[in-house]
Amino acid sequence: MSNIPSDLKFAKTHEWVRAAGEFATVGITDHAQHELTDVVFVELPAVGRKVKAGEACAVVESVKTASDIYAPVSGEVVEVNQAVVDNPALVNTAPYADGWFFKLKLANQAEVSTLLTPDAYGAQIKA
Amino acid sequence: MLKRTPLFEAHQKLGARLVEFGGWEMPVQYTSITDEHLAVRNAAGIFDISHMGEVLASGPGAADFLNRTLTNDIRKLAIGGGQYTLMCNAEGGVIDDLYAYRLGEEEYLLVINASRIEPDVLWMEGELRGSEFNQNTTLQNVSDAYGAVAIQGPKVAGFIDACFQAAPTKLKKNQLTVGSFEGATLWIGRTGYTGEDGFEVIAPAEKIAAVWNRALEVGASHGLKPAGLGARDTLRTEVCYPLYGHELDENTTPIEAGLARFVSFDKGFFTGSNRLAEQKANGVKKTLIAFKMTDKSAPPRPHYPIWSTDGLNVIGEVVSGTQSPSMNLGVGLGYVPPENAQVGANVQIEIRARKSPALIVPKPIFRKAS
Repeated sequence: MSNIPSDLKFAKTHEWVRAAGEFATVGITDHAQHELTDVVFVELPAVGRKVKAGEACAVVESVKTASDIYAPVSGEVVEVNQAVVDNPALVNTAPYADGWFFKLKLANQAEVSTLLTPDAYGAQIKA
Repeated sequence: MLKRTPLFEAHQKLGARLVEFGGWEMPVQYTSITDEHLAVRNAAGIFDISHMGEVLASGPGAADFLNRTLTNDIRKLAIGGGQYTLMCNAEGGVIDDLYAYRLGEEEYLLVINASRIEPDVLWMEGELRGSEFNQNTTLQNVSDAYGAVAIQGPKVAGFIDACFQAAPTKLKKNQLTVGSFEGATLWIGRTGYTGEDGFEVIAPAEKIAAVWNRALEVGASHGLKPAGLGARDTLRTEVCYPLYGHELDENTTPIEAGLARFVSFDKGFFTGSNRLAEQKANGVKKTLIAFKMTDKSAPPRPHYPIWSTDGLNVIGEVVSGTQSPSMNLGVGLGYVPPENAQVGANVQIEIRARKSPALIVPKPIFRKAS
């Protein structure tokens, strides 16, 4: 059973968002890491890059495939997680903690409320 | 509608993730590709290969017909012997790569790729009709009547003899013996597609689930685990075994693929032999290289461009690529012109519009410390 923390918001494309004021941390969900299995490589956006919601901005590779990761909300990348680049297995072992991907300065804080609630995301991955 | 093997329910019970492969719904993994890969390298893994095809060729003309149709020399096979061989078109392009076993005085078993059963059978029937062996050779496509499993890994020899009424550990590589299990006759060959010691067991389709269960029951205490097509692909890529549709296709010859040792040039004419002899004498325009990534980079994947050492020209394309679970780095195979194929030379692999350095290495890419 996938872990879906109650304090996060989710994109249909399996990214999570932890919003705090004008900033948001982004990663991929437990369900996503389980589907990918064995993450072997993570490519993150450059700090300073402006991304739009729905834009492909990172790549995660398992042994078998490369998958795009999409910005769940719009904003400017202000920090990336070098630890997950150095140790991609963190995506599998701690997807909501040490396995985070990047932090955004939100372009529009209201955009966060358009994301899926934990219940709605849970319903999506069960469907 | 995808085809399913007789082991489909067993895969479902084990919680396998299923994918399409060559028209079949097959398990890509049960737990993780890395775990299953390492189980085969360090202990033992069992693969469902029931999707592969089986064709029987028999009769007084069978050996001569096969020698006319396949690249290797079938006359080298004693009864119970097997060999890797290829089937080519008139231009030397590969129709399929396969194993040929000699079952009896005038009877041969061909084990062919799942995705190639129809084209292979059509081709062989056409070749037979147009030949003088039409009256004394019979071809039978028995693919649907048989299932098969591959049991692979360094620990397999420790338990395989206890599984069925046979002693396959007495076999040398590529030899085949007959076993018996629950009243059914099995063919057990000492071969595989992983670079490890191992066996392939072919059984009547209705018996293959019992064969699978029997092997798992006996092998469990030796570390035997079910392994999917994902691990099968990473294992074969590390040891540079070709996969039809990647390294091989109808526009690629065995010479270009580095498989000249499976082509007999002294047995006389066979389909494609003129072109292959010409290539052997005069050289080829593309040749298969093995490479490994030298910097921390994303794994190479099929169709990524290969650039020259100086990064100025695209010289070829990746045909197989993955993260190597044994070495924990990106490895791959690709075609480049022979002048760019020197072992020890550097090339660059284009991964998402960025070039990453790679080193051309001898095959196999992975070799166990012995």
